[in-house]
Amino acid sequence: MWNVIRAELTKLRRPSLALSTLLAVTFVTGLITSVLFLLVDSPSGNGERGVRIGRDVLSLASGASLSFSNSAGLLGIVALCIFAAQTAQEYTYGTLRNLLVRQPSRIKILIGKLAAMKLFAIVMVAVSGLVGIALSYLFAGMKDVSTTLWSTPEARSAVIRGFINVLIATIGYGIFGMILGLLFRSPISAISIGVIWNLIIEGLLSAFVTNIDRYFPGQLLSTVAVGGTDKISYQYALITSYSFLLGGLAVVAFLFKKRDVAN
Amino acid sequence: MSSPLALDVADLSKKYGDRMAVSHANFEVPMGSICGFVGPNGSGKTTTIKMLLGLISPTTGSGHVLGESITQPEKYLPYVGAMIEGPAFYPALTGFQNLTVLAKLGGFSTDLIQGLLDLVGLGDRGDSKYKTYSLGMKQRLGIAAALLPNPKLLVLDEPTNGLDPAGIHEVRSLLRKLADAGTTVFVSSHLLSEIEMISDHLVMLRLGKVIFSGKTSDLLAKQQPVIVAVPEKVSDLDKLMQIAAAAGHKAIISDSAVHVTGTSDFSATLNRAAFDAGIVLASLTPVRASLEDTFFEMTGE
Repeated sequence: MWNVIRAELTKLRRPSLALSTLLAVTFVTGLITSVLFLLVDSPSGNGERGVRIGRDVLSLASGASLSFSNSAGLLGIVALCIFAAQTAQEYTYGTLRNLLVRQPSRIKILIGKLAAMKLFAIVMVAVSGLVGIALSYLFAGMKDVSTTLWSTPEARSAVIRGFINVLIATIGYGIFGMILGLLFRSPISAISIGVIWNLIIEGLLSAFVTNIDRYFPGQLLSTVAVGGTDKISYQYALITSYSFLLGGLAVVAFLFKKRDVAN
Repeated sequence: MSSPLALDVADLSKKYGDRMAVSHANFEVPMGSICGFVGPNGSGKTTTIKMLLGLISPTTGSGHVLGESITQPEKYLPYVGAMIEGPAFYPALTGFQNLTVLAKLGGFSTDLIQGLLDLVGLGDRGDSKYKTYSLGMKQRLGIAAALLPNPKLLVLDEPTNGLDPAGIHEVRSLLRKLADAGTTVFVSSHLLSEIEMISDHLVMLRLGKVIFSGKTSDLLAKQQPVIVAVPEKVSDLDKLMQIAAAAGHKAIISDSAVHVTGTSDFSATLNRAAFDAGIVLASLTPVRASLEDTFFEMTGE
């Protein structure tokens, strides 16, 4: 297993992938943080779907990690793309046969890949957290948001909680990408279907159909990232989303184990 | 006592829908031999190799690799090096990094990599990205990857595709050197002349069926030698063919020459008979049947 993880990390560490991912993560977090703080006085809102988040909320102990938590959806899309591409490319490059000759246990390959990508996701989320908190301090000064409560023990535990929740959500999106990668065996198909599903289908249906977001994995993972909402509890979101994902993963793992490696 | 076997396959078949890609294949490959696995494109070579490496499940039949059943590839794959369907690597990684991925995955030392790159002639290009490699360089990297486990059995699928003549010669020498050191080499190709030069054992496949399995020398010995007689005048071809046929030898006209089945002893007789009939021969050459000729004769193609 450890051999698979080491091999996968060699691929994930390549500068073109690692740097572009970190740039994307920095950009996404920077964008969400700047919208949250710089548009604090905007009548059209500064939160998701036009929600207004005022100075009073930003000044709370959780204020420093709020932008980071709100970035989870987009961080998840980045993770979905990476997990899907890293899985499906083995088929398009034909490298799967090399991997399986060196490690015949297909389940070990799958678990090792997932573990390596989880480590990658930890780095992604950590970078996002650092960027989000640093920019929050910067923008708070510019927009007269009080940061007194941001250095309290309560704020530190909010950051840790936020980190764990965003990580769980990001990995969940990644697993979704991996499922699509194994199913479609093509990075382009897997990524486009994953992005369209999460950003368009789930987003649109959730906006128009009441309570349907209770059944969409992407929406539920966003709920996990922010620690639950008034409508959907954290426990429900976590258990339901991961039940979908682990069920899907079990199905594609079975297919992966049984399918002939034809290309 | 029979020699131990690197590969043995019994009644192995693979069916895709209504099509039998491999049909009831039976063959054995002795340990330490260079075995050519030949057949035209689409004859089932790669499918068979994939079944031997655990990448495809057989529809029926059984097989053993290095004495272990093909249903348990984890028992023998650590001792097997393989390049299947040509080289396949990550374009954005260098040659060295690509081998590092496979070395780490297989639990082999990465210290071996530079030596292998040197061995296949990529010593100074290991730091270049795979996507910048020529087809020949990619093929060499594939061979280096196959050698990573210091294999007891080396399975190479069309290893000389894309190589220039010097590269083909190098690969041939390398395979001979590996076999001399005790590695069994199972090499597939549709280029029969190339296989004839290196293999001491042969498995011949056509339309998914094994049509020969055994020593290359045994196969070639079964073939009648041929004398190729070229008359000075093309108009004498028919007459020359009749002379050979009258002497009880099978003769055909092909490429402005008469091909007469018979040993070199008959050359002098044919020459004398042609001279007596007023035919001047421009050349008279005894030819050993090639693997290609044998293959076409066996398959009737």
